[in-house]
This record gives sequence, structure tokens and C-alpha cells, in this order.
Amino acid sequence: MSEKKPSLWIRIYSFFVYGFIYAPILILIIFSFNTQKLNIHWEGFTLHWYNVLFADKQIFLATRNTLMIALISTIVATIIGTLAALAMHRYRFPLYNASETVMYIPIVIPEVVMGISLLVFFVMIKTTLGLTTITLSHIAFNIPFVALVVRARLHGYDKAIDEAAMDLGANEFTTFRRITLPTIMPGVLSGAMLALTLSLDDYVITYFTAGPGSTTLPLRVFSMVKTAVTPEINALSTLWVMIIFILLVIGQIAQRRRV
Amino acid sequence: MISEQAGEPPKAKFSITRLLRENSTAQGFLLISPANLYLFVLVVLPLIIVTILSFLSRGAYGGVEFRFNLTNYARLFDPLYGKVMLFSLGVGLGTTLICLLVGYPLAYFLAHAPGKQRSLLLFLILLPFWTNFVIRIYAWMIILRSGGLLDSLLQWLHLTQAPLNLLYSPTAVMIGMVYEFLPFMVLPLYTSLEKIENSLLEAAADLGAPPWKAFLRVTLPLSVPGMIAGTILTFIPAMGMFVVPDILGGAKTILIGNVIRNQFLTARDWPFGAAASMILMLLTMVLTLYYTRKAGFGEELLV
Repeated sequence: MSEKKPSLWIRIYSFFVYGFIYAPILILIIFSFNTQKLNIHWEGFTLHWYNVLFADKQIFLATRNTLMIALISTIVATIIGTLAALAMHRYRFPLYNASETVMYIPIVIPEVVMGISLLVFFVMIKTTLGLTTITLSHIAFNIPFVALVVRARLHGYDKAIDEAAMDLGANEFTTFRRITLPTIMPGVLSGAMLALTLSLDDYVITYFTAGPGSTTLPLRVFSMVKTAVTPEINALSTLWVMIIFILLVIGQIAQRRRV
Repeated sequence: MISEQAGEPPKAKFSITRLLRENSTAQGFLLISPANLYLFVLVVLPLIIVTILSFLSRGAYGGVEFRFNLTNYARLFDPLYGKVMLFSLGVGLGTTLICLLVGYPLAYFLAHAPGKQRSLLLFLILLPFWTNFVIRIYAWMIILRSGGLLDSLLQWLHLTQAPLNLLYSPTAVMIGMVYEFLPFMVLPLYTSLEKIENSLLEAAADLGAPPWKAFLRVTLPLSVPGMIAGTILTFIPAMGMFVVPDILGGAKTILIGNVIRNQFLTARDWPFGAAASMILMLLTMVLTLYYTRKAGFGEELLV
């Protein structure tokens, strides 16, 4: 459907929507260099807030927590989710439909409901809220997303290549390691990327399952926004945005090269 | 098969490894088990507990009393909370509708963009949304603040004289929500629109339909699956949202998500919060079921 070029009006309109999408991010970045503490008007250029940020011990701890939770939950969810995707794609087993329904629950229920139900559950079994409960919860909401992405990738998978490997004498494990896994690897990696992003970004579920000493970056930013809004938040946001942008652009370039 | 059987020992001895090697049902079951177990314990079981909790009542000292009753649900429909629920429904539906109206032309633009530019344009829409959600909402706080950037811009253009006081108002909440959920609407719409064959529109033109009529009779009906998927993806998170009203809405804008959060973390009336969660789930599920029945969806969600 690409032959007909979009009309001028639609192009002008889209230009404005792109403006709407990017304006907040640009303003955020510009105002991280503002000398004014209240950050209402532009006053003058300074790098002061970046110094404040790098000296902030709580930010350092929150960053460490966030990365640790994201890394562990991504790895575990990717393994469990990939196995589930393989099972649903290739096999028929008892409770197939029930398993599929359960997979969709974390995707279709409002996050706040999942958050409070986890809170109630952890309190009931008398677990101390903290890094462990956050990580366990992140794994729970990441499994379905990984499974969904990997299943989409498996959609066109030709089982004949597995059978060929087995005919040539490879056992199930070797076939999986040498044939199946490399073929579905791009899907597994994009599932892992999605899980990582969701975990790094999560505020709601983390908020309900966090305890003392387990603050993550989104939680820290939120409490800064609610209590003392200074350009330090902008400095933190700018660094965050920059790191994500650079990683994404590298990812895109790598993907283009491979194609 | 026959030669295999001949070489094997008698089948009387039960062996897990052999079961797994020969029985594909067992293999599938083994692969799905970790996910099933994990999600049962941390998703299904907690939801069952919350469902039960919603029928109990709050104890005298903030605990939970095991007395089955429906008072929590009745309380949700008294004028105070009834108003909050209606307002949340309004904000949820409003956000979804605005996202649809704003997102449709953009998705149309993307679907018609030249092939080479298309993936870049799509990437540019998603790019800001990989940054943190709380950060994006905070950015709107700077823009909408009284006497802030938007006010300065509008006064400079002589469109307004006095500050609009947009921050901490329902309007600010709607702006933040539309910003947050726009990509959830645009992507499924784009997937739908992109699939429409150009030959269909050419056929419509050959048969004498002016472009607007071809759009109404061909493009629009064929993009319904995208509209449905986008609506579901926007409406569900919009209904449960409490962070945007917290940051941009101030104390004036309270949604059902805020009520639930407050019951669990400040008011400590868990049974009542559980009942509110049940109603929220019911509201979103009714809409989702209604929509998915009307037209199968699934593919559009997998962009």
C-alpha cells in the first residue's frame, strides 16, 4: 500500500504529532542545564545538577537495585518463557487451553490489580518485602511477554529441520542446542529485550512489592517528583534517555547490518 | 518401528527418561510446567486470594475479619465512590477515543510512507517510549506548570492573557494519558492499515468512488481489527492508572486506581480495596470480551 504518497495535510499533521511526542523529552534535556533551582524558567547554563547527581548516594543504590532486578528477572523469564513458547507451539498436552489463558492474564489485567494481589500474597505468606519480592514479581509479568514474542517467531518454524537432525543421529538435546535454539535465537533475544525494558520501566508492580531499602530508579524518580523537584531529576532523566537512545540506535544499526 | 521394538528390553520397567523420549505429551507438559507453576503461584493464586478478600470485612485494628458479606461492593456504589468510578470510566474512554482520533491519521501516514523511510518513522515513534514512564510524565509537569512553558508560549502568541493553571487538573491528566498510550493505539492501527492491498483502492477508484468514499467504504472497515486491538491496549491500562493522576492531577483528580492504591497502602482497608480491584477487572474484562467476540484479535497485538 505504499504507492500512493500521503497527502500534504497528513504529512503536516504527522509532523506536529512527532513534535508532541518529542517536545517533552527535549524540554527535559534542556532544563537539566538550568541554573534556576525551581526550574520554571530558563535562567542560565550550568552542569551543577550533574555533579549533584553523581554525588547522590541514593541514586547510586537505586541504579544498582534496578539493574540487578532487571538482569535476574530477564534471564529467568526468558528461560521459562521460551520453554513455554516451545511447548505451546509444538505439543498438545492436558490443560493446554488453561495454560494459554493463564499466560494472558498478566497481559490483560490492569497493572494495579496485579500489584495489589502480589502485595496481599507476599504479606499473607509472611515474606519480607524487598529486592526478592520485586524480582519474583517482575519474572511473573515478564514470562507471558517473552512467551508471546518467541511464539510469534516460532510461527513459521519448519519442524522438518529438527527431524532431519534426528534422522542424522542427533538426540533431542543436541538437536535443540544445535538446530532449534540458533534458529529461534532472534526471537528469544527480542523477547529478552522486551522483558528487560519492561522491568527497567516498571513502576506500578515494583511500588507494591518493594520494601525498605529496595528502592529502584522509577520509585526514586517518583518520590523526587513528589517532594523536591530540582533539575537533578532532569539530569538523571537526561542520562537515562541518552543511554537508552544510544543502545537502541546501536541495536538498530546492528540489525540493519545483519539483514 | 518394528526393528526398534526388537532391540529394546521389555517395557515393564518404568523409566522417566524413556517416557520423555517417546511420549510427546509428556515432553510438552514438562516444557510448560515451569511457566504454569510459576504463574499459578504468583498470578492465579494471588488473584483468588484477592477475590475472597473482597467479600470479607475490615477488622477493628486494620486486619481482616472472616465474615462473608457484600458491604464492600455496596460501598463502591454509594455516591462518593460511584462518582469516582464514573469519572474513571470517562477518563478511560476519553483517553481511548482521543488516542484513536489523534493516532489514526498518524498510522495512515506511516502505512503510506515510502518503504525505506517507514521503518525509521516507526522507530522514531517508539524511541521516546523506551525511556522511563515516570520521567515522561514528569516532563509534562514542567510544560503544564502554571506560568510554565505552555503558558509562556500561549501568552507570547497572544492566545491567552492569564496562566491556564493546567497542572493539577483533569485536563492535565488526559494530556498525560494520551501521551502515554498513543503508541499502543498507533501500532496496531498501522499493522491493520499496512495490510490493505492498494488494488482494492484502485478498484474502488475505477468503479467511480471518490477518495473519501473509498476511504469510508474500504479503508475504514478493513482497519477495524487494528482499532479494536488499539482500544483494548489503551483502555485497560488507562482504567487502572494511578501514577498520572498522582503527578499531574493533584488531589482533585482521583481515579479508581488511586482508590485501590490508597486502600492498600494508606487507609489499610484491604477488603474494600480488593472489591474495587474486582470491579475494575470486571469493567475492563467486559469491554475486552465484547470486543474480541465481535472480531477475532490477536495478530494485531503482536507487532
